[in-house]
Amino acid sequence: MALLQISEPGLSTAPHQHRLAAGIDLGTTNSLVATVRNGVPLCLQDEEGRILLPSVVHYLPDGQVAVGRKAQVAQAVDPRNTIVSVKRFMGRGLKDVAHVETMPYDFVDAEGMVRLRTVQGVKSPVEVSAEVLRDLRIRAERSLGGELTGAVITVPAYFDDAQRQATKDAARLAGINVLRLLNEPTAAAIAYGLENASEGVYAVYDLGGGTFDLSILRLSRGVFEVVATSGDASLGGDDFDHRLFCWILDNAGISLPSDRDARRLLMKAREVKERLTSDDSVPIRLTLDSGDEVDLTLDRSVFADITATLVAKTLKPMKKALRDAGLEPEDVKGVVMVGGATRMPHVQKTVGDFFGQTPLTNLDPDTVVAIGAAMQANILAGNRAAEDEWLLLDVIPLSLGVETMGGLAEKIIPRNSTIPTARAQDFTTFKDGQTAMAFHVLQGERELVSACRSLARFELRGIPPMVAGAARIRVTFQVDADGLLSVTAREQTTGTEATVQVKPAYGLADDEITEMLKSGFEHARDDMELRGLKEQQVEAERVIEATEKALLADGNLLSDAERADLDAAIAALKSAAAGEDARAIKIQLESFNRASNEFASRRMDKSIRQALAGHKIDEIRL
Amino acid sequence: MAVTLSDKAAKHIGNFIDRRGKGVGIRLGVRTSGCSGMAYKLEFADEVLPEDVVFESHGLKVLIDPKSLPYMDGTELDFVREGLNEGFKFNNPNVKGECGCGESFTV
Repeated sequence: MALLQISEPGLSTAPHQHRLAAGIDLGTTNSLVATVRNGVPLCLQDEEGRILLPSVVHYLPDGQVAVGRKAQVAQAVDPRNTIVSVKRFMGRGLKDVAHVETMPYDFVDAEGMVRLRTVQGVKSPVEVSAEVLRDLRIRAERSLGGELTGAVITVPAYFDDAQRQATKDAARLAGINVLRLLNEPTAAAIAYGLENASEGVYAVYDLGGGTFDLSILRLSRGVFEVVATSGDASLGGDDFDHRLFCWILDNAGISLPSDRDARRLLMKAREVKERLTSDDSVPIRLTLDSGDEVDLTLDRSVFADITATLVAKTLKPMKKALRDAGLEPEDVKGVVMVGGATRMPHVQKTVGDFFGQTPLTNLDPDTVVAIGAAMQANILAGNRAAEDEWLLLDVIPLSLGVETMGGLAEKIIPRNSTIPTARAQDFTTFKDGQTAMAFHVLQGERELVSACRSLARFELRGIPPMVAGAARIRVTFQVDADGLLSVTAREQTTGTEATVQVKPAYGLADDEITEMLKSGFEHARDDMELRGLKEQQVEAERVIEATEKALLADGNLLSDAERADLDAAIAALKSAAAGEDARAIKIQLESFNRASNEFASRRMDKSIRQALAGHKIDEIRL
Repeated sequence: MAVTLSDKAAKHIGNFIDRRGKGVGIRLGVRTSGCSGMAYKLEFADEVLPEDVVFESHGLKVLIDPKSLPYMDGTELDFVREGLNEGFKFNNPNVKGECGCGESFTV
C-alpha cells in the first residue's frame, strides 16, 4: 500500500490528494531537491544516496541525454556536447556572457537568449536547465511516491526578469508547476528560521564552487527585502583547490604533469582541503603515472596562508554591499553561511572578524538553500496550519511606472512593495478627440524617463473621441509572486483594453540596480526640480493649445487690440515654456490667466446666451 | 482494544516530534472518504481532546477518537522503506479490502 507521512493537525490529505511539494536549488555547479516530510525538511537522495546533482547535461549522438555525474564524466572527452554551468547563460544574450572565447561550446546568437549547437541540434539554456530540473523532479516523485503538486525554485537575488522568466520556463518544460521563485539568500535565511527572528539586517555569504555572492537582507514584519547584492562571478571553492594543487606541484618539485596526473592531483587537493576542515594537518601521498612521488604534509595554517588572498577577495564585495546599503558591519544582526567552501575554518574566521560576530554555520551550507525552498514550498502547497502562515518574502527592487506628458516617470508600484501586488491609476487624454494612447512602462527611481529603464511600450486604441481630460483610462500594474510584471490599460466606458507582459530580453545586473537606486537618491533634489519644470511646461502647453482653439472658434469676441494683447501673452508664455526656469513659466502662466480672463468670461456669456436662446425664463431650472 | 507502534515507527515518530519542536503525540484515525470507503488519518497532535482514547506505545502517546477506534483495533503502525520512498504503513487486521493503491480501505 501507499506509504503515509505525518501531517500537521487537521491537515491530513484525502487519498490521492497529497500535496507533495519540493524545493529546488538550481545551482551553477550543483543542484539539489528537498522536501518537508513528517514535519522535517530534508534533502532527497538519488539511488546511490547522493544529494548533489552536478548541473551538467551531456547530449549524446544517439538522442539520449545524460545528466549529473554521468554527464560530468563526458566533459573531458566530449566538451562541445557537455554543457556545464548553464545557469550563466539563462536569459542572457551572447554579448552578456563573459569569457565566451574560452568556452568549448558552439554558440548561436539568437534574439533574447544565446543558444548552443549540440549533436542533438540547437539547444537553449532553458532546455538544458530543464534536463537538470526533470532529473530532480523524477527523483522527488520517486522519493515521495506521487506526482509533485509544485515546487519552489531558487534564483540568485540579482537575477533580473529575463533570467527569472527563463528559470520558470525551464521548470515548466521539465513538468514542474512552479509555486514561486525564491531568492537564494532569502531561502537560506528561511532555513535558519530568521523570519521569526528579530527584525533587522542580515548578511548572507554564499561561497559556492565557482561563484561568490554576498546579499544584505532586511527583515521587517516577516518580509525579507534584498537591500544590496554584490559578489565575484569567478571566485569559489575550485580556486582553493587550484591553489593547493599549485602548492603540491611546487613542493613536490613537479612541473608540467600529464592531464591524467593533473586531474588526480586536483582531486587529491580537493580531498585534502575538505579534510583540513576537521584535521589540523593532513598527509598528501600519491605516486604519479610519471613515476614522481608526492609525500608531503599540509598544516591547516599553511593552507590558510596560501589561500589567504582568495579569502581576502571576498572582503571587497562585502564592503561594497554594505556601502551600497548605507550600513556598517556592526549594523548586521546575523550572518548566514551558504556554499560548501564556507566550511573552511579560515573563511569562517575572516567573515566573523569582519562582522564582529560568529556566523551561522550549524546547517549544512550545501543544502541550506534547498531546505529553505522546501519549507516555503510546503507552506505554499497548503501543508501548514493557518496560524503558522508566513508572510510573503520578496519585494520589488525598483519602482515600476509609466511615462506621462513631458517625459516624466509616474511611479505606480513603489519599490520595496511586497509581491504579488497590483496597483491601478487612472489617466486621461491630453487632447480633444484623442482616440489612442501610448504607454511606456518604466523601471527606476528617477523622475525623468530618460534616467529610468524602459521595460516595454504598448498602445491602447479605440478610445471614443471626447474632450481632453474626459476619458478615464485605468492602468493596472500587476506583479506576480515571481516578480514578473504585466500592465493593462482599460478605457472605462467601452472596456477597450490593451495588455503587455514584460519580458525584457536583457535585464539589469545587480550592480546596475544598485547604481540606479543610488542615482535616485543622489539626484532626488535635481529630479524634484526637473519634475516641477516639466509639470509647468506641460501645463503651459495645455493652456496655449486650449486658448488657440478657442480663438479659432470665438476670436470675433475680441477687439483687434484685445486680440493683439492675448497673442502677445501667448507668445510670452511660449517663450517662457521653452526655457528651463520653472518659476518664470509659473509667473507667465499666472499673468496669462489674467490676460485671458476677459476672453474666457465672454466665451462663457456667449455659450450661456446660446443655451438660453429660444427658451422662456421659467423653463430654465437653476 | 489497542493500537500500537512498531519499534521503527516509534523511533521515527519520536524523532519527528523532537525536530518539530512541539506535540504531545500522534493522532490516528479514519475518515469516510477515498475510492474504497475509508481513509487513514495520521497527524501530529498538539493537544489531547477530552474524548480521545489514549494509548502509550514505546513511551509515545497515540491518540484516537472513539469513533475511529473500532475500525483500527489491533492495528500496528509501521515505518517502512520502499526504494527511494519511505513512510508509515498501517497493519490493520480489520481491513477486508483495499483500493488498488492501498490508500483507502473497507472493513
